Amino acid sequence: MTRKQRRMTIIGGSLAVLALAAALVLNALRDSIVFFSTPSMVAEKHLAPGKRFRLGGLVQPGSLQRGDNLAVTFEVADGSAKLPVAYKGILPDLFREGQGVVAEGALDANGVFKADTVLAKHDETYMPKDVADALKKQGHWKDDYGAKASDGVKPAATTAQGNSQGAVR
Amino acid sequence: MIAESGHYALVLALGLALIQSFVPLIGARLRDPALMNVARSTALAQLLFVGASFAALVMLHVSSDFSVANVYENSHSMKPLIYKITGVWGNHEGSMLLWVSILALFGGLVAIFGNNLPLSLRAHVLAVQAWIASAFYLFILMTSNPFLRIANPPIEGRDLNPVLQDIGLAVHPPMLYLGYVGFSISFSFAIAALIEGRIDAAWARWVRPWTLVAWIFLTLGIAMGSYWAYYELGWGGWWFWDPVENASLMPWLAGTALLHSALVMEKRNALKVWTILLSILTFSLSLLGTFLVRSGVITSVHAFANDPTRGVFILLILCLFIGGSLSLFAGRATSLKQGGLFAPISREGALVLNNLLLTVACAVVLFGTLYPLAMEVLADFKMSVGAPFYNLSFVPLFALLLLAVPFGPMLAWKRGDLLGVTQRLLAAGVAGLVAVAVAWGWARGGSALAPLAIGLGIFVIAGAVTDLAERTGLFRLPFATTLHRARGLPRSAWGAAFAHAGLGVALLGIVCETTWNSEYIATMKQNDVAHLAGYDLKLDGLFQRQGPNFREMIAEFNVSRDGETLSVMTPSKRSFTTRGSSTTEAALLTRGASQLYISLGDVTAEGAVAVRIYHKPLVLLIWWGPVLMAFGGMLSLSDRRLRVGAPKPARAKQSLQPAE
Repeated sequence: MTRKQRRMTIIGGSLAVLALAAALVLNALRDSIVFFSTPSMVAEKHLAPGKRFRLGGLVQPGSLQRGDNLAVTFEVADGSAKLPVAYKGILPDLFREGQGVVAEGALDANGVFKADTVLAKHDETYMPKDVADALKKQGHWKDDYGAKASDGVKPAATTAQGNSQGAVR
Repeated sequence: MIAESGHYALVLALGLALIQSFVPLIGARLRDPALMNVARSTALAQLLFVGASFAALVMLHVSSDFSVANVYENSHSMKPLIYKITGVWGNHEGSMLLWVSILALFGGLVAIFGNNLPLSLRAHVLAVQAWIASAFYLFILMTSNPFLRIANPPIEGRDLNPVLQDIGLAVHPPMLYLGYVGFSISFSFAIAALIEGRIDAAWARWVRPWTLVAWIFLTLGIAMGSYWAYYELGWGGWWFWDPVENASLMPWLAGTALLHSALVMEKRNALKVWTILLSILTFSLSLLGTFLVRSGVITSVHAFANDPTRGVFILLILCLFIGGSLSLFAGRATSLKQGGLFAPISREGALVLNNLLLTVACAVVLFGTLYPLAMEVLADFKMSVGAPFYNLSFVPLFALLLLAVPFGPMLAWKRGDLLGVTQRLLAAGVAGLVAVAVAWGWARGGSALAPLAIGLGIFVIAGAVTDLAERTGLFRLPFATTLHRARGLPRSAWGAAFAHAGLGVALLGIVCETTWNSEYIATMKQNDVAHLAGYDLKLDGLFQRQGPNFREMIAEFNVSRDGETLSVMTPSKRSFTTRGSSTTEAALLTRGASQLYISLGDVTAEGAVAVRIYHKPLVLLIWWGPVLMAFGGMLSLSDRRLRVGAPKPARAKQSLQPAE
């Protein structure tokens, strides 16, 4: 094998691996990206039942109801719209009414958001970043939400399945 | 007084770093040994002053001096001593100080052990180290000074984030930083080589042990962080593809590639330009990781900072170093002579494939980490890229890499015999296939891919064993000869085999845990019994207890199997009054490599408690694997080749024993 052929083999191999990686990434992007919405964005966009997304907003005060066997329902609001959420499992340590929450799941046929993962935060005044940004954009931001946002923060996650998909700490 | 001294020491360290940045370079230009030797003394003095500064901050935390803002915000007088010390780096300012301290430590080690380096190379390396150090000293002094005083000192501190009050904080960040920052050495060597325009196999021999040290610490640091998340977060997850975790995984992938390409360069004097590029990329990814974590771009556990000035400052450092080093590379790389021909199928070829797959896998992780950020900035919509994305993209690439791992060490240098190697790996392949069949027959439920992955894990482990067996002539030669050969085998060969086997072990753990873990989530009252994976867990009762700076509710579980009591497990829920937050302390029961895991939820009005119980089969293998890899790294580090045989053998003995 000449020097040139050897070089071509290596370059060809590299291109093959790169092409493989690009194909894998594009394929993965098509199927596995989860978008973030607030209740009013859900109302506008008419998301199809079964399509997974992340829902962020404030837990509507007075809406939390605990059922049998760890079933919970609550409403997520963003000032202009509300969306009922159903979840089964243990809520994170700092899940509170009136505070920020991010839930991952999909709408069912009745328009209820079935969450399989609920993320909340550890700090009292901290708002999940996605929620804070969305609220700011819609003009529902109150300054005291973010007053202590620079503290060590850790959204705690809890999930009804063994392995949540895309749950972040 | 202590705070001011610490601050002053840090300013002095900056001054020394600035001297170290320029004087040795002038010395190298003028070929003046005295000026070049300035680097050595300033590096040591710098280490001394940063060390003093760090010690000052530790003393402030230990003595709970709440007149210092950093102590007030992150400490509490009732906090146990160990957390007062670890709390030093459990916040942004302190962790940056730890970062520069470790940087100075590595600089100091090069100064001490670099006696056998050519004088000008050492001067250049230390000057580049000082550039990095100066940038970060400036960053700390201008945006994140840990020694700021409060005008009216409060009586009590605000306590450390409860989640961080754990032994994990004592180990995980220092380990991770030793890894991250350790790659600065190979970066500095690469830049020095580019400035000097000279590079040879001896260069790789100097760089390799430093890279290996950084890699060992990074491996252990990542594994430790993963285990910490597993037991502390209370829901049994051990890897989340969180941007902050990715930030540590990317330097690891690039660093692993560097380790292997430096091998080719050292042994065969080939892949020089590529090795230099990888050195630059690895440290650039470390800097990127520091940026992602420290700037608060991504909000997560580790993002303590939310101040945009910090983000912009680190971004500037990032652009300066990555842009500068890559431009230098683009300008100078062509002047480095290529050498060492090899056929595509050879040890070198296998290592090129290893590098290719590792860097491409690293690029995929980089893409997944930055894509959501880019879309948020450019297209103004939010999304998250989580485990499903990496399962479809990163995992297949890594599986391909693992499939190739056993072949690499068995191929000959220059020109290899793939058919012969395949024949010798037949036994390992058969072992893998048997494992697939057994897992298939045994498995109930779970992905159809799981048995295949188990087979792959076994194949990798068996491949590592085969490699050792081939080299020592096990089963072919008399046993005494084998023993003799095993003793004579270079430690690096043992190291490679252990590290490769570690990959297989970790894979087995990952597959078993994700596929066959079982869980039980319910509310339980006193004397209720939960049944899970053959275990019976009876809730004996709930108790309250007062800790030093928290109250905790403990649930006592009696664990038995087939009527025989095994142990008592006591998960708890702690509430920290100062921060008004609570943490979940999971209880773990280890049985072999498997674990039972209990964490608590809320107590209901009727006095029942929500519990989450997991059985995680072979979960510990996930962390035993990396420990095995790190052990392999240490074996390789103790190899004779790295201690003796460097260019000046007479003084080489002490030359390359790196950071311990």
